[in-house]
Amino acid sequence: MLETIKEFAGEFFVTGDPMILGAQISIALVSLAILFVLTYFKKWKWLWTEWLTTVDHKKIGIMYIMASLLMLFRGGFDALLMRIQLAIPDAGFLHGDHYNQIFTTHGVIMILFMAMPLMFGLFNVIVPLQLGARDVAFPFLNAFSFWMFFAGAMLFNLSFVIGGSPAAGWLAYPPLSELTGSPGVGQDFYIWGIQISGIGSLATGINFVVTILKMRAPGMKLMKMPMFSWSTLASCITIMFAFPILTVTLFLLFLDRYMGAHFFTVDGGGNPMMYLNLIWMWGHPEVYIVVLPAFGIYSEVVSAFSRKKIFGYKSMVFALMSISFLSFFTWAHHFFTMGSGADVNAFFAVTTMIIAIPTGVKVFNWLFTMYRGRITFEVPMLWAIAFIPCFVVGGMTGVMLSVAPADFQFHNSYFLIAHFHQVLIGGVVFGYFAAFYYWWPKVFGFKLNATLGKWAFWLWNIGFYVCFMPQYYLGLDGMTRRLYTYDFDMGWLELNILSTIGAFFMGAAFLFQVWDIVYSIKNAKREHKADSWGVGRTLEWGIPSPPPFYNYARVPVVTEQDDFWEKKMRAERGEADPAIVKAAEEAPLEPIHMPKNSGIPIIMSGFWFIAGFGFVWDWKWMIVLGLIGVIATMIARSFNYNDDYYVQVEEIERIEAAAAAKGAV
Amino acid sequence: MRPALRKLSILMSLAMLLVLSGCSDAMVLDPKGPIASAQKDLILITVIICAVIAIPVFIITAVIIWRYRASNKSATYKPEWEHSTKLEATWWGIPAVAILILALVTVNYTYKLEPSVALASDKEPIEIQVTSLDWKWLFTYPEENIATINHVVIPEDTPIRFKLTSDMAMNSFWIPSLGGQLYSMSGMAMTLHLQADEPGTYYGSGANFTGEYFAHMTFSVDAVSDAEYDTWVNEVKANNEPLSDAKVEELLEQNVQEVQYFSAFPENLFYDIVTKYVEEGAHNPHAGHSGHESHDEHAEVNHEDHADHNHEEHVNN
Repeated sequence: MLETIKEFAGEFFVTGDPMILGAQISIALVSLAILFVLTYFKKWKWLWTEWLTTVDHKKIGIMYIMASLLMLFRGGFDALLMRIQLAIPDAGFLHGDHYNQIFTTHGVIMILFMAMPLMFGLFNVIVPLQLGARDVAFPFLNAFSFWMFFAGAMLFNLSFVIGGSPAAGWLAYPPLSELTGSPGVGQDFYIWGIQISGIGSLATGINFVVTILKMRAPGMKLMKMPMFSWSTLASCITIMFAFPILTVTLFLLFLDRYMGAHFFTVDGGGNPMMYLNLIWMWGHPEVYIVVLPAFGIYSEVVSAFSRKKIFGYKSMVFALMSISFLSFFTWAHHFFTMGSGADVNAFFAVTTMIIAIPTGVKVFNWLFTMYRGRITFEVPMLWAIAFIPCFVVGGMTGVMLSVAPADFQFHNSYFLIAHFHQVLIGGVVFGYFAAFYYWWPKVFGFKLNATLGKWAFWLWNIGFYVCFMPQYYLGLDGMTRRLYTYDFDMGWLELNILSTIGAFFMGAAFLFQVWDIVYSIKNAKREHKADSWGVGRTLEWGIPSPPPFYNYARVPVVTEQDDFWEKKMRAERGEADPAIVKAAEEAPLEPIHMPKNSGIPIIMSGFWFIAGFGFVWDWKWMIVLGLIGVIATMIARSFNYNDDYYVQVEEIERIEAAAAAKGAV
Repeated sequence: MRPALRKLSILMSLAMLLVLSGCSDAMVLDPKGPIASAQKDLILITVIICAVIAIPVFIITAVIIWRYRASNKSATYKPEWEHSTKLEATWWGIPAVAILILALVTVNYTYKLEPSVALASDKEPIEIQVTSLDWKWLFTYPEENIATINHVVIPEDTPIRFKLTSDMAMNSFWIPSLGGQLYSMSGMAMTLHLQADEPGTYYGSGANFTGEYFAHMTFSVDAVSDAEYDTWVNEVKANNEPLSDAKVEELLEQNVQEVQYFSAFPENLFYDIVTKYVEEGAHNPHAGHSGHESHDEHAEVNHEDHADHNHEEHVNN
C-alpha cells in the first residue's frame, strides 16, 4: 500500500529539483497563510459576496488585472531564469528539459494568461463606462468568462508542481506535441488549460461585441464612439472568428493524444503541417487581438495629454477594422520555410506587408494628434510616447521578416525573438501600462505615485533596449531560438550577458511597479475627482471616481465625439448645453435595473477545472464528476428566474450624495 | 531644412552606418555563397526602404514632442484641428508606395530564391541527403555511398542539392553563411539548393525545436577544393566501417551523437525513412520517390516502443 502511494506520488508531483521543491513548499505555505488570514479576520463572507460572486464589470475587471499581474510575475520570473541560463555558454543552471518547460510556459503564460486577461480587464473596467452603459450586455456570462480564464490559468500553472510542465513550445507543434514526442501529462495540462480559458475568451469576445453594438448611450453613433471602444470592437470581432479555430485545433490534438486519432501524427495518414496552418490561423490574428486595444489606448492617451482631438478619426477607425480583417490572411508567414512554394510564399509575403500600411497611418495620426497640441508628460503619456519609436522599429523588423526569401535567414533565430518581443512589449505591454496608469484613478479614486511610476518607466525602457537589441544581432549571427545552451566558440557570450542585464532591469522595473501600487494604496491622497487628470475627453470622466456600482445615475445623452471634453469647453465658453443633454441630466431619477450576483460562474468553472484535471490524468470518475457538475450548474442557471433587481431611487440619491460630498463631481 | 534638423539627420545616418558596419561580421551578413549573398542584398534593400520612412518618423516625433510641450507657450495650439485630407492622403500614400516597391522586389526574389530551384552552374550538382533525428544530423552521400553524422564536407563552387527529411520531429536545416533554412519533415523529401563560393568551415544547426537535447543539433560544414573533396571521400571510405543496420537502429533512438563517418550505408536508407510511416497501399504525394520497399514493420515497432514505456494508459483508450 505504502509502495503504491509512493509510486503514485513520484509520478504525480514533480520531484527531484530543489527549485521546484522550494516552489511547492512556498505555494503550500502561501495558500495556508491566505486561508488563515481569511478565517482569522472573518473575511470569507465578504470575499464571497463582494468578489467571487460579483457580476459587476468593474470588479471583474479588477480581478482580471490582479490575476494578470500575478501571471506577469510568473512569466517574468521564467524569463529571468532563461536569461540566467543563457548569460554564459555551457551554463549548468538549468538542464535541457527544465529549460524547455520554462520557455514553453513563459510563452503560453505571457500571451494567454497575462496579455489576454490584462486586456479583458481593461475592456471590463473601461468599455461600459465609456459607452455610458451600466454593465456589459451579459453580466452573468462575463463573470463566467472570468472564472473560466481563472480555472484554465490555474490548471495550466498547476503543471509546474504536479505532473510536469509542457515542453513542446508555446504553440506545441506536432509531432513533438503528440504522445510520441511528449508522453508526459504536461502537454495535456497545456491542452486543457488553454481549452478551458479559451471558452471564456470566446464568450468575452461575443459579450463585448454585443455590448458595443447594443448598449451605447443614446446619441452615441458608432462614428462618435471613443477610440478605445472601437479598438475593443475590432479586437473582439477578431476573437469571435479566431478562437473557434484554436478550440478545434487543440481538440483534434487532444483526440490524437487521448483516443489515438491521426490528425497530426506522422503515421496513419496524419499531417503535422495541417496543425501548423490551423494554429497560426488563430495565432496570427491573436497578436492583433492583443495589439488592437493597445492602439485604442494610445489614441485615448495621446489625445488626452495633448489636449486635442484625435487626428483623422475616420482613418483610425478604418485602419483598425482593416487590420482586423487582414490579420486573417497572413498566417503562412510563420512558416515560409515549410516548402509551400513560391506562389504561396509570395502571396503571404505581400498580404503581410500590406498590414504595415494601416499601421503606419495610425502612427502618423498619433503624431499629428500631438502636433499643435499642448503636451504634458504624465506617466501614461510617457508610455505612449515611448511606444512610438519602439513600435516603429518593431514594425520595420516585421516588414523585414515578411520578405519571404529573407525570412529564410531570420526564421527561428533570435532576430525573430527580438522582433516579436519588441512589438509585444513595445506595442502591447507599453499600451496596457499606459491604460493601467491612466484609468487607475477612475477605478480607485486616487492616482499612482508618479515618481515611482517614472522609475519603473525608465527601467523598463532601458532594460528593454539593452535586452532585445543584442538579440537582433545574435539572430543574424546564427543563434537560434529555444537553445538551452551554446558553445563558447560561437562568440555569442558578450551580447548574451548584455541581454541578461537588460532582462534584470525589466525585472527591477516590475518591482518598482509593485512598490508603486502598494505605496499608493497606503499613502496616495484620495482625491475622488471625477476628471482625475483634468484632461478627460470621454463619458467616464464625468462620473464619480470610483464610479458607483450602477455607473450612471441617469443615462447620459451624447451629442459629440469626445462628449465630456466638449461639455467642459461649452462650460468654459459660457455656452448652454443642448436641450436634449440638459433634459437627460435633469430628468428625475428612476429605479435602476441591475443583475444579481451569482455563485454559479465560479462553481461551474470549478467543475470545468475538475473535468480538465480528470482528462489530464485520465481519471474517468473525475471527468464524469466534473462534467455532471457542469451540466447540473447549467440546469440550475436555466431555472433561476430570480436574477435581477431594481436599485431604488432613495438608494441612488444616497450614493450620489455621498460621492458629491467626497468632492467627486 | 533647419540646421538643427540637418545635424540630427546626419547623426542618425552616421549611427546607422555604424550599426550596419558593426553587423557585417554576423554570419547572415557575411555570406559565403550565392543564395546567402542574394538574401543579404534583399535584407539591405529592405533596411533601406524601411529607413527611408523610419528615420523621418523619428525626427518628426522628436520635433513634435519638443515643440508642442505644454510649457512652450509660443507654439500654436489648435485643439479642434483634426482632419486634413491632403496630409492623410500623404501618409496613406507614402507607405503604400514603399510597400508596393518592396512587394515587387519580394515577389521577384521569392521566385528567384525558391529553394527547390537548381542553381545556375556549369558543374553538375552533388546530392547530399540530410536526415534530422533526435538529436543528431545524418548525412548520406548517394553518389559517393558514404555517410556522416553532424559533419558535412562539400566541394566549393559546386551546387549542392540537399534533400531533407526527418524521422518524427520536425527540424529546420540552416547554414547561415550559405543561405536560408528549410524544414526537414517526416514523410517528405524537401529540396534545398546551396553553394559555397569559397573554402572554409561554416556553422550549421537545426533551427526548429525538437525537444530535450535540441541544442546539441549543430554540425559543421567544410567547403574544400575538388581535389581535397575527393581525398576526403576516399579517406572516409578507407578508414571507416559501413553504417550497419544496428547502428541505424541506434541513430533512430533519442540520443546525442559525436561526429562519425561511415564507408557505406544501407541502400535506399534515406527514402526508406521518408516512406517509413506511409501505410501499405497509401499514396504519399510528398515523398517524391516511389517504387522501393518500405520498412513498415520496423516503423510500427519503433512507434509502439515510444508510446508504451511512457504513457500506456493513453494509448489504450
